[in-house]
Order: sequence, then C-alpha cells, then structure tokens
Amino acid sequence: MYSKGLKPLSIATVVALTTTLALVFFYAPNDADQGFVQKIFYVHVPMAIVALGGFVAGGIMAIKHLRSGDPSWDMRSYVAIHLSIILGLGVLVTGSIWARASWGHWWVWDEPVLVSFLVTFLLYCVYYPLRFSIEDPERQARYSSVFAIAAGAFVPLNFTAVRLAQSFTHPRVLSQTGGNLPGEMRLTFLVAIVAVTLLFVTLWKLELTAKSASMRLKRLRRKLEEQRELEVVA
Amino acid sequence: MISAARAILRKDLLLEVRTKESVPAMALFSITVFVLFHFGLDRNSIDGSLASGVLWVTLLLAAVIAVVRLFAAEREQGGIDGLLLAPVDRTALFVAKACALFVFLVALEVVALPVFSLLLLGPDLLDAMPELIAVLLLADLGLAAVGALVAALASESRARELIVPILLLPLLVPLLIAAAQATEPLLRPEAVTEDLGRWLGVLSLYDVVFLLLSVGVFDYLLED
Repeated sequence: MYSKGLKPLSIATVVALTTTLALVFFYAPNDADQGFVQKIFYVHVPMAIVALGGFVAGGIMAIKHLRSGDPSWDMRSYVAIHLSIILGLGVLVTGSIWARASWGHWWVWDEPVLVSFLVTFLLYCVYYPLRFSIEDPERQARYSSVFAIAAGAFVPLNFTAVRLAQSFTHPRVLSQTGGNLPGEMRLTFLVAIVAVTLLFVTLWKLELTAKSASMRLKRLRRKLEEQRELEVVA
Repeated sequence: MISAARAILRKDLLLEVRTKESVPAMALFSITVFVLFHFGLDRNSIDGSLASGVLWVTLLLAAVIAVVRLFAAEREQGGIDGLLLAPVDRTALFVAKACALFVFLVALEVVALPVFSLLLLGPDLLDAMPELIAVLLLADLGLAAVGALVAALASESRARELIVPILLLPLLVPLLIAAAQATEPLLRPEAVTEDLGRWLGVLSLYDVVFLLLSVGVFDYLLED
C-alpha cells in the first residue's frame, strides 16, 4: 500500500538533492560577511522547516487517528514525528556548527528560532519514553496521538513566545530570512527546501512500507503457528 | 456536566484537606528550593529578572509534584472505573482535576510568596501586588490546564514519575517566558509595569489554546 510510487519518488529525491548540492557549491554566490560558511544555511534552514512541518503533519495525522480509530494513521503519525526528530537533531547540530563558525560560540541564546527549536525538540524527544512506557498497544497509540496533537499546538505558541521575549533583550543577529535574499541564493534555497521535503516524504513512505511489511509478516507467521497447533491437536 | 465536575472537585478538595498530601509537600519543596537558591546563587537578596526567574522556576517545579499525584487516588483505589461507568460527560473529570490543581497552586502561592519575600526578595512584595496577582492567576490557569492533561497522559505509563517532569516542563516554556517577563519589572527595586499587557495577552492565548485542546482531547484518554 505504501510502496506505490516509491521508486519514482526516490529517483526524484536523489535528483533534487544532487541539484541542490550542485547549486550550493557552484551557483550560489559566497555571502559577503560570512563567506563560505554561510552555505550551511542551505542545509540547516530547509531541514528546520521540514522538521517543523513534519511535527505539524504528525499532529494532523494524530487527529485523524483519534477520529477514525484506524491504527494506520497512528503509524503514519509516529513515523512522521520520528523522522522529524532525526531531522531536528540535524538542525541543532548544523546550527551549532554554523554558530561556531560565524559567531565563535557553539550555542547562542540570541537566536530566537534556534532556542524555540531546542525547546520543541526536547518536547518531542519525550514522545519515545511516553509511547514505549505504555503496554497496551491500543492505549499506546491513543495516548501518543494525544501527545502529538498537544505538541503540534505547542509549536506555534512556543515560537511566538520566544521571539517576543528575544526582541526586547537582544538585537536580531541573523537577518537572512527569505525576504531579502538575492536571486541566486533564493533559487538555491527554494530548491533545497523542495529537496529536503522530497527526502522526508520518501523516507516516510519507505519506513511505512518496511513497517507494514514486517507487520504483515508477523501476522502471517502467527497464523501459521496457529494452523500448526490446530493440526497437532486434530 | 457542571454538577458532576463540582462533585468530583469537592471530593478532591476534601481528600486534600484530610490527607494533606500535595499542598504541604509543594510548599515545603518551594521553601527548600528558595534556601537552595540562597546557597547556590550566594545572594542574600535578589530583584528584577533574577527574582522573577527564581520565583517562577520554583513554582513550576512545585507544580510537577502536584501533577504527579493528581490522578493517584483514582488510579490506586479504582475510582476511575466508577467515573467511567457513570452517565456523565468525561470532560467533567478534566474540569474537576484542573480546578483542583488550580486551587492547590493558589494555596501554594499563598505560602510561597510571603516566604520568598522574607527569604530572598529584595524589594517589597506589596509594591508588585495587584499586577502580580493578575499574572499569577493567569499563569495558574495555564498550569492547571496543561497539568491536568499531562497527569492524564502519564497516568497509564509505567514510568509515571519520570515522564511527568520531562513532559510537563517543555510544554510550560511559553507560559514561563510570559510569566517571567511580566513579573520581572514588578520585582525591580523601583517596581514598574512594563509591557504587562503584552505578556498577559500571551498568557491568555496560551491558556485558551491549552484549555480548548485539553477539553477536546481528554475523552480519548479515558476510553477503554
């Protein structure tokens, strides 16, 4: 079910990622003040955007799960959140490297988006211990969905609050938002976002395919076991 | 639904008055933490952002204690089955628990604030007064809503005492930011109100979002 379209999607992802890398290294100009280091922005920011989108998508899938009771929605939600957490880790690491290279510190509290992201990431990390400490599978799925919805609602609140707090104490250090990027950088940035989104969707489908296949295998094995036991009895 | 909620709330408050479990523990914890801060910061008196931070972090950590115990009676003595069998909207349970938590927090603050003023706070607490009460009430509302939700989420978990702090505290970050920012100017040597409206607005938004969310989602936590 999930593997439909997986091959063309994977090919599209590889093409997009290669194009992005080519654009980043050969097309986009070096930034005036930060130089070559600024190029990590093309990896860091798209990952952050896609990770946050993934969290919100996970929340929406969780709502669908609660409303329909269909466990496959819970699986989709879980995989989306799981992938976003991994991407989130990448965001924090690349952000840290970028901070070190441009401002000399591994971590800065000045940048509101990075701080909000850290808090969001910490919150979502709790998803795993919460999920795996509940034994009953149906309850596990339901409680995880509730958490995913609460956390999804939390993301915009958190970003707003942190930004509001920061703008009064520190000047905005990073002003490279999409608004004032020159043309070549903007193109590269957009291609990068598309590439990371494709990567996310491909990995999501891939993981769901693997999980559903292994679940079906388990079910078939169990049926086989039951069949064998019946034969022995008979 | 309201009468059911009121009945459950009355039960919880009576239980607390008789067993004296949560509120004294929270109060004692807060006082101890203030003493720890005295030694940790090596300061006799604090004001401004430091005072605001110490106060709010202490209150949040004390709230964790109450949240862990919030559904304890239902869980340990099987009250949850009775509540689920009753022909009553299950949201009543959430409303009652959130109100109980709110009352516990207010009771805590009645004790913790004077002690804070006595032990650590430099400027006079009364200067901060009517505005500080507004901040506290709005923050307590948010704490109650999120706390009741997290208590229910964690109640079925094996690792309840571990899950509650790591689940509750990140969710409370926006509330902490707004509350601390609102309180900071009130606790300066010359108390002023700066941006109070903005931060009360953020707190109200947070409260509304999480109240609506919790009420919407709570039913799914009690299905069996």
